[in-house]
Amino acid sequence: MSTDFDVIVIGGGHAGCEAASAAARLGVRTALITHSKAKIGEMSCNPAIGGLGKGHLVREIDALDGLMARVADRAGIQFRMLNRSKGPAVWGPRAQIDRHLYREAMQNEILNHPNLDVIEDGAEDITETDGKVSGVVGQSGKTYSAKAIVITTGTFLKGVIHRGEDRIPAGRIGEAPSVGLADRLYDLNLPMGRLKTGTPARLDGRTIDWDRLEMQPADAEPIPFSFLTDRIEVSQIACGITFTNVETHKIIAENLNKSAVYSGAIAGRGPRYCPSIEDKVHRFADKTRHQIFLEPEGLDDHTVYPNGISTSLPADVQDAFVRTIPGLAMVKIIEPGYAIEYDYVDPRALDHGLQVKALPALFLAGQINGTTGYEEAGAQGLMAGLNAARSVLGLPSAVLNRSEAYIGVLVDDLVTRGVTEPYRMFTSRAEYRLSLRSDNADQRLTRRGIELGLVGERRASTFHVKHVQLESGRAHLEAESLTPNEAAKRGWKVNQDGQRRTAWEYLAYPSISFDDLSKAFPDLDDIPEAIKAQLSIEATYAGYIDRQKSDIEALKRDEALEIPRSLDYASVGGLSNEVRVKLEMIRPSTLGQASRIEGITPGALTALLAHVRRKRTNQVSSKHG
Amino acid sequence: MPGPASYTGEDTLELSLHGGQIIVDLALAALYEAGARLAEPGEFTRRAFQAGKLDLTKAEAIADLIDATSVAQHRQATLQYDGALADLYGDWRQRLTECHALLEAGIDFPDEEDAPTQVGQPVLVILEQLITNLDAAMDSGNITERIRDGFQIAILGKPNAGKSTLLNRIAGRDAAIVTDIPGTTRDVVEVRLILGGYLVWLSDTAGLRETLDVVEAEGVRRAHAKADEADLRLWLVAPGDTAPAEAGSGPQDILVHSKSDLREADDVSRETFQISAATGAGVDALISEITRRLKSIGAQAEAPMITRARHRQAITSARQEFSQATSMLQSGYGLELVSEHVRQGSKLLASLTGHVEVEDVLGEVFSSFCIGK
Repeated sequence: MSTDFDVIVIGGGHAGCEAASAAARLGVRTALITHSKAKIGEMSCNPAIGGLGKGHLVREIDALDGLMARVADRAGIQFRMLNRSKGPAVWGPRAQIDRHLYREAMQNEILNHPNLDVIEDGAEDITETDGKVSGVVGQSGKTYSAKAIVITTGTFLKGVIHRGEDRIPAGRIGEAPSVGLADRLYDLNLPMGRLKTGTPARLDGRTIDWDRLEMQPADAEPIPFSFLTDRIEVSQIACGITFTNVETHKIIAENLNKSAVYSGAIAGRGPRYCPSIEDKVHRFADKTRHQIFLEPEGLDDHTVYPNGISTSLPADVQDAFVRTIPGLAMVKIIEPGYAIEYDYVDPRALDHGLQVKALPALFLAGQINGTTGYEEAGAQGLMAGLNAARSVLGLPSAVLNRSEAYIGVLVDDLVTRGVTEPYRMFTSRAEYRLSLRSDNADQRLTRRGIELGLVGERRASTFHVKHVQLESGRAHLEAESLTPNEAAKRGWKVNQDGQRRTAWEYLAYPSISFDDLSKAFPDLDDIPEAIKAQLSIEATYAGYIDRQKSDIEALKRDEALEIPRSLDYASVGGLSNEVRVKLEMIRPSTLGQASRIEGITPGALTALLAHVRRKRTNQVSSKHG
Repeated sequence: MPGPASYTGEDTLELSLHGGQIIVDLALAALYEAGARLAEPGEFTRRAFQAGKLDLTKAEAIADLIDATSVAQHRQATLQYDGALADLYGDWRQRLTECHALLEAGIDFPDEEDAPTQVGQPVLVILEQLITNLDAAMDSGNITERIRDGFQIAILGKPNAGKSTLLNRIAGRDAAIVTDIPGTTRDVVEVRLILGGYLVWLSDTAGLRETLDVVEAEGVRRAHAKADEADLRLWLVAPGDTAPAEAGSGPQDILVHSKSDLREADDVSRETFQISAATGAGVDALISEITRRLKSIGAQAEAPMITRARHRQAITSARQEFSQATSMLQSGYGLELVSEHVRQGSKLLASLTGHVEVEDVLGEVFSSFCIGK
């Protein structure tokens, strides 16, 4: 086996798989180094993919020909489109995943990937030559050379598991953390922070009294994640819903001091959106119950993930409180829950290409950057792998804008604002949410993916066919028109303002469906159903998208104003000390990024803009002089 | 004074000199020779703003303070600097954050038992309160702008009622041509003065009458326009004449019988003002009545106010977004569209309230609702 590569990806989790695949798709010689091939694609936490914001990320990864959506389509056992009662911009595709099927499908992709070698070894160190990374030293003693490296090692930095009074140094349960690589990262003197997250006990589904529980079925017609998947073949299951009660809360409250979080043993900050059951009971003391989803981890797996009761209480307390819950009176715990505390690299140490500013050609992606979730990890992995390959090819980093993709929002939030809790995507983080929909991720990103060399032939041709169909469908709708009078005769409720409107404009009315239009213009019926649905969604938001255009233009203007990386902020007049320190730490690459840094005043921006402009004018005139 | 503790955040030298123009002139001459220059208007405040020492509303308040030419203006500028405005805007910001939090909790957490499923009603309540608050601020904003820019007082009446003479008498100088030929004043003549601590624009207008003269007709049209925008209207009636048909009797109108020196005794009732602008009789009583009325209008402006047209613009546009959001919520449009209007409205108010940050909204969601699947 070769030991000479262009890009080496360390870690075989969700970020690692996407990074390795993206780099390999660009045609550079890529290797993925992992402790164990059998662990590639492991879902270490909740066996589900997607949701609000997260589902959007999965669709975007897919639009750029990444792996996660296709793999999830082969492993999803309960597909649900969340928010179906609300507008399509905030629909969130989500699926419960069979962990075994997912691992199998992901390993199948990775182990058979062109341009990609998988090496079973621990990464003990990385080497540097001339101020750039140059290779990886394995625990086996072998060295592997590389022109760029992507580290996607999750929570391994000083990871400590807490359960009651027990402290176990670990990555995930049963995995030893890699000490050498961690030391190397600490030696780089990157800014670090500490976070925590938790997980609930895993239950034996055979000991749950399912008959007593409310069941939540899958959607009757599962909608796949991937734009390339026609239909879901995996059989679908239902999840159970149960609740804690006063008795449960009493046990938890009495044992609160035994929880690692409440005894003060944990310093790291946990996510506000995923509190432990101790937190819920303590902070919302007036609530008499909390909801729990009982999520089977697979079709042939009796492990059940009780979503909603993550905890770091001692095992015996977990046993006691779980049994007070309806349906779980006789339950057997397979593995008690725990909290894990770990260091992360402050992502403000990275540029928009996810490259470490202090060490060129080193990229970081996933939980190591302070995020949580498979989808957030996968999205970063894709961008880091892409940009690692581009750096090998001598190209500048590719960056997605906040107005183009949730991936753009994710990366920009991380490198500009940093994190104070494990970062998770929400649709409310995306200011252009009405145009960044899960249904149009392909229309937004696949062309870009083709230009970047990320997209294979099959997806490219599927995209082109759909794109042409959408264009001609829209043109057709714009060519047909009716007066309000004619519309009223058809029973449509429209303004009688004498204004002739196109079929496209009528489609924007909530009360007028595509079928109504087809009755007026029978030719429209030739448009394929999927295209009709897509056009209907686009028409709904068309007015808003136009409104947002000027916002987006302003954003692009600010993003086009580059600030030199080497700018001496001390020489910028009129900056307060506090602002200067922040700017020096983050070193924003554009005025737009500077404006999104917390605590940057309009005055500081004006001063910065004036300084950069003046400097540029001076440079230009001295060149001429 | 070493920075950054100084006003501008930069190192600053302050000289206290004895009064007397010669000392000041000598000191300035020495400073010029040493390479100093005079500050441009507002330059210190601009530097302080750029250094992040002042927020935008404070900087504007100081600009007003520097411009203040009357006691009332000064009082209001001081009020704004003290943060009364900042408190008002802080309250709006809090309401907006709550409103966003409700909408976003409804959108981003659909599977949560504790996340509100029916956010429409509470969102409506907040939006309607907010709209009421914006309207109140706009109303008082009108007065505030008047305090800053000056109240408008129009002198109105038929031709040759003595309007120009009254203007000259009040202004204490010949600001308009005074003749007794009817129709001499064809345009509006304005005098800027201070009455009872308020800045006032007193305007003399063309006599109101039907006319075929094109130039005079234009003067009459302008007089009507002036009457419409005025905060106070002085309606002048000459002896033996009646008040013009346009004359009102509201709190903005004062009926004045002019040329009292030419009147028979008891020609008019004692309740109306009788003046002789020519002799000055009764003019002081009229001035104190004008001052009394200005003070009662001005008193409404003691609450924190909107002092800039920029603020009014932002508030008007934001109000439109919020009322659009309200009606869409009532007609059953999707929350994501309602939220878009609220977001746009918040953005418009951001120059007043500061940005409503996503993190603050999420913080509100997580502290109000037990979310955690």
